[in-house]
Amino acid sequence: MHVTSPVREPLIQGGKTYADVTEDICRHVESAPTKEWKIAFGLSLVVLAYGTVCLAWTWWEGLGVWGLNKTVGWAWDITNFVWWVGIGHAGTLISAILLLFRQKWRTSINRAAEAMTIFAVICAASFILMHMGRPWMAYWALPLPNAFGSLWVNFNSPLVWDVFAISTYFSVSLVFWYIGLIPDLATIRDRATSKVSRFMYGTFAMGWDGSAKTWARYEYISLILAGLSTPLVLSVHTIVSMDFATSVIPGWHTTIFPPYFVAGAIFSGFAMVQNLMLITRVVYKLEDYITLEHIETMNKVITLTGSVVGVAYITEFFIAWYGGVEYEYYAFFNRMTGPYWWAYWAMMTCNVISPQLFWSRKLRRSITFTFFISVVVNIGMWFERFVIIVTSLHRDYLPSSWAMFSPTRYDIGDYIFSFGLFFTLFLLFSKYLPVVNMAEVKAVLRSTSAQLPAKISGVAKVRQRGTAEPAYDKDKE
Amino acid sequence: MAELSGKYLVGVYDDDDTVLHAVPRLRKAGVKIKEVYSPFPIHGMDEALGHPRTRIGIAAFMFGVTGCICALTLMIWTMGIDWPMIVGGKDPISIPNYIPITFELTVLFTAFGMVTTFFISNGLGPGSHFHPRFDLRSTDNKFVMAIDLGRNSMTVDEISRALKDSGAEEVNIKQF
Repeated sequence: MHVTSPVREPLIQGGKTYADVTEDICRHVESAPTKEWKIAFGLSLVVLAYGTVCLAWTWWEGLGVWGLNKTVGWAWDITNFVWWVGIGHAGTLISAILLLFRQKWRTSINRAAEAMTIFAVICAASFILMHMGRPWMAYWALPLPNAFGSLWVNFNSPLVWDVFAISTYFSVSLVFWYIGLIPDLATIRDRATSKVSRFMYGTFAMGWDGSAKTWARYEYISLILAGLSTPLVLSVHTIVSMDFATSVIPGWHTTIFPPYFVAGAIFSGFAMVQNLMLITRVVYKLEDYITLEHIETMNKVITLTGSVVGVAYITEFFIAWYGGVEYEYYAFFNRMTGPYWWAYWAMMTCNVISPQLFWSRKLRRSITFTFFISVVVNIGMWFERFVIIVTSLHRDYLPSSWAMFSPTRYDIGDYIFSFGLFFTLFLLFSKYLPVVNMAEVKAVLRSTSAQLPAKISGVAKVRQRGTAEPAYDKDKE
Repeated sequence: MAELSGKYLVGVYDDDDTVLHAVPRLRKAGVKIKEVYSPFPIHGMDEALGHPRTRIGIAAFMFGVTGCICALTLMIWTMGIDWPMIVGGKDPISIPNYIPITFELTVLFTAFGMVTTFFISNGLGPGSHFHPRFDLRSTDNKFVMAIDLGRNSMTVDEISRALKDSGAEEVNIKQF
């Protein structure tokens, strides 16, 4: 038998058996949608509908409906894009990097975090389509030959790198998430009582039978996918940061951008995971699976990455002064004391000060406080992108063209669209798919459970179909 | 043995440790095990069953090399040969600028190629949900061992007793 190491705090509470894990996590998939879910879903659809109307008008009328002007050519669109891509970093980090580091606490949260990643990247991509103005020409970003009437795309451009990075990241994350889902879909298929759900889950479970050979290959490809996703997740925000860093705009043209953006992405991504998991665990009664240990560990990651971001802000500022380039110096001085000082100080307060409060064990184990700080961090990270983009652009080399940016209702409406899309997708996910990876939790149950039941497999509450054949028992005959 | 072809003896175990220890015992006793089905991976099970180590990594590497070559060929040919352009004072073929896309396409080809190989080698696919199953509880909380009676020279009783002795809580017979 295994020996449990007492060094680590237990991750699963309540003395769960394997059958309990299946029951607890399948319950919300198999039961009818609750009233709360319907209300939340209805609200998301209303938000999405409002956003869709705004977006339709943006595309119908053109980008002139946004608050952009000759000086500030990028504002909320790219801010929102970078913000959503950043949020989309936590899922793959949890499932890939933590898999390589053998962190068992990832098993309870990786499914939902990866789903969040995929939806966040969809939201980010929607801003890329929006800011094109003519989204029906989006395929021009692909390397297509001259017959389409243009040159080849410029492979020296970070914007083209971004096309490849984001689409690779999205598709590889989707594959990784889906591979992890297959065993759980098979569980739901085998428990399904209605023909429709047996067919639907059966189709997507792809005939999974859980044989030893399949599991061995499954574990092998999970490890390789994790190994591939780890540099991939780091490359995505690196390339996003190069959209700025390879330009010659003061405030953007800095070599610190790649690590600084990656740390910020993980920071905001974990904050969003906290927001979603704190609600999900209560609504679906998963407190035994997503425990205070998980919340505390994620808060530690938030503090670490938040500190990296803080150091990056200060380094950037120091180099702007120490480098002696007056344009660079002005760009940073203007961020702090210029007309957008409030955005800069909002960013500093939310991102540098707030995560430091988690040094207190009491605060990082407080659910209310964690939720509050997670929201604050996401606000701060939105302001970070706004500060980088708008304050660097609004005062360019020619003082006569200095301008301010203020959002119109369509800037705001298109941002609202992404929230509607995100929550609609997340609610659909959380109703129709298991929000916790059952197979992975069962695999670590023995070594991470607080107290083990006498019989770990437990008794399946739902009597199974397909065991109709009489047991072969010669002794009793 | 003709009447036994398509007949399986199915041992249902209650505990992953029990089934893992049962496999070498049964194999030593001369039982040929077809497969063990479990709700989660049991480490060491494939070695215990004598499955050869998966070669999917070799396939993944090949797909990665293909992706790398495709990416470099695409960029060198379009930027340097088909329509040479000088951008930002750089050579038409400037390899450092091609690193990000080469990396992305290498990852993309590896991931998709490897996962496709995984699906094909395991016979997984959207239409394969009609595959016969030995015991549906093997995706919930039980560990199921299947023994193909047509491929074993021992009698049904002998195998059944061996399964019981190794810790199986149920022994069922299944015909396909």
